[in-house]
Amino acid sequence: MRAIGKRFRSGLSALEAIDLKIGRGEFLSLIGPSGCGKSTLLRIIAGLAEPSQGERDLLLPADRDRHTSPARVGFVFQDPTLMPWGTAFDNALLPFRIAGRVGPAERERVREEIRAVGLDGFEHAYPRQLSGGMRMRVSIARALVTDPDLLLLDEPFAALDEITRMALNDDLLRLWESRRTTVVFVTHSVFESVYLSTRIAVMTARPGRIAADLPVELPQPRGSALRTSPAYAAICATVSEELARAMTEGSQ
Amino acid sequence: MRLRRFLRLWRIVAPLAVGACFLTLWEVVVRAENVPPYILPGPLAIAASLWTDGPSLLGSLLVTLRVTLAALAAAAIFGGAIALLFSLSRILELSLFPYAVILQVTPIVAIAPLIIIWVREPFLALLVCAWIVAFFPIVANTTVGLNSADRNLLALFRLYGASRGQVLRYLKLPTALPYFLAGLRISGGLALIGAVVAEFVAGTGGAETGLAFRILEAGYRLAIPRLFAALFLLSLTGIVIYLVLDGLSRVLLRHWHESALEEEEG
Repeated sequence: MRAIGKRFRSGLSALEAIDLKIGRGEFLSLIGPSGCGKSTLLRIIAGLAEPSQGERDLLLPADRDRHTSPARVGFVFQDPTLMPWGTAFDNALLPFRIAGRVGPAERERVREEIRAVGLDGFEHAYPRQLSGGMRMRVSIARALVTDPDLLLLDEPFAALDEITRMALNDDLLRLWESRRTTVVFVTHSVFESVYLSTRIAVMTARPGRIAADLPVELPQPRGSALRTSPAYAAICATVSEELARAMTEGSQ
Repeated sequence: MRLRRFLRLWRIVAPLAVGACFLTLWEVVVRAENVPPYILPGPLAIAASLWTDGPSLLGSLLVTLRVTLAALAAAAIFGGAIALLFSLSRILELSLFPYAVILQVTPIVAIAPLIIIWVREPFLALLVCAWIVAFFPIVANTTVGLNSADRNLLALFRLYGASRGQVLRYLKLPTALPYFLAGLRISGGLALIGAVVAEFVAGTGGAETGLAFRILEAGYRLAIPRLFAALFLLSLTGIVIYLVLDGLSRVLLRHWHESALEEEEG
């Protein structure tokens, strides 16, 4: 099994000399001050933006046929980004609809994924009838229906309240633990990044650089008990320190 | 709950009460001051005229209504198509949109005589006039709608490799629907105005006479109660067109658009 690697050496004004390799099955968090180019970096990884310098390689396992998998990358935006005229089911079905494959198998797959994100019974609800957290769950289900090799999340929980956010963190963790999809997760929150990730990349302010690349060696599977453990607190402290250093560096 | 029911009732009762007061006052003033009916007829005289001239006025109304509805349909179809072309080609939009604006801001009264000279067929001439007035709100609104698809959703469509046709069908057209319907509601009223203005300019224009010409004719003959009766029918038609289009918009958007939803519960 070959590792998936992505590498860029980008010279956007927003990003500088970013050299990042992401291994298969990793949960990598990108953390940094606002405007450091985290989202830009994520869009480059997704192929939604081109780097002005350097390159991005997506080494994906070759065992999957392009025709059977419409997208190998799933993307979750900061906003749920749902189509208001479609039900939760319609929205999660979108990747298949675009791929032109809307058969019974795909429908079953969508139902499965809606159940997996905890929205059983809400298939036919319209986004407007759902709470912010539930909309985000639909968005995650949509990203997962294609079984992506790489899941990109751009501050998905930033707009949610603390309680919803913690619930979604736990659910995301559970989803990841059962599938081991490679995840790149952009966040502002130190706690969130430590709780979820296997690795954290701390970025500096504009131009964004990777200031520190820290492994998170915490036991798995993780649960809410972890939030009060000393090891968790210690890593949070380290990440906070690195973040503080990265911010002073960036402002000089 | 109680308050809401009261408000709903009030929404119907209040305008009716104001209307009744106004009509009564009107009748009283006309009678007390002995205003001759050729200056200002009272509401009762108008109602009487509506009763006696009703059938012939309704026939004229049908003529006007036919022009209006045909113009509205043409505005919806061509307006939508033009907006679609604009959204597909930025160059087309940039080069043609100013002319749509020019067509819109030129008073229809000024160009109606030309159109009536150029287009021999009277019905078609009236149709063209009404269409010119009615098509712009649909073009302008739909163009905005087609261009206001959510950026992140667009990115998502790109990520999944959607074709332009798919983006249009699954994203841009649904996004544009509320805008199109808002344009349609405005155009409904404008199509009626356009038809009336064109009839004013065109005169009888053939065997059939529309309601606008009946208004002119009644004015010349000092049959002011009939003029008011025709005017009343015209307003009523405008209101009905608006209500129908508003209902259509509500039905089409009932599940998702803010404009079509009842006030939030609780």
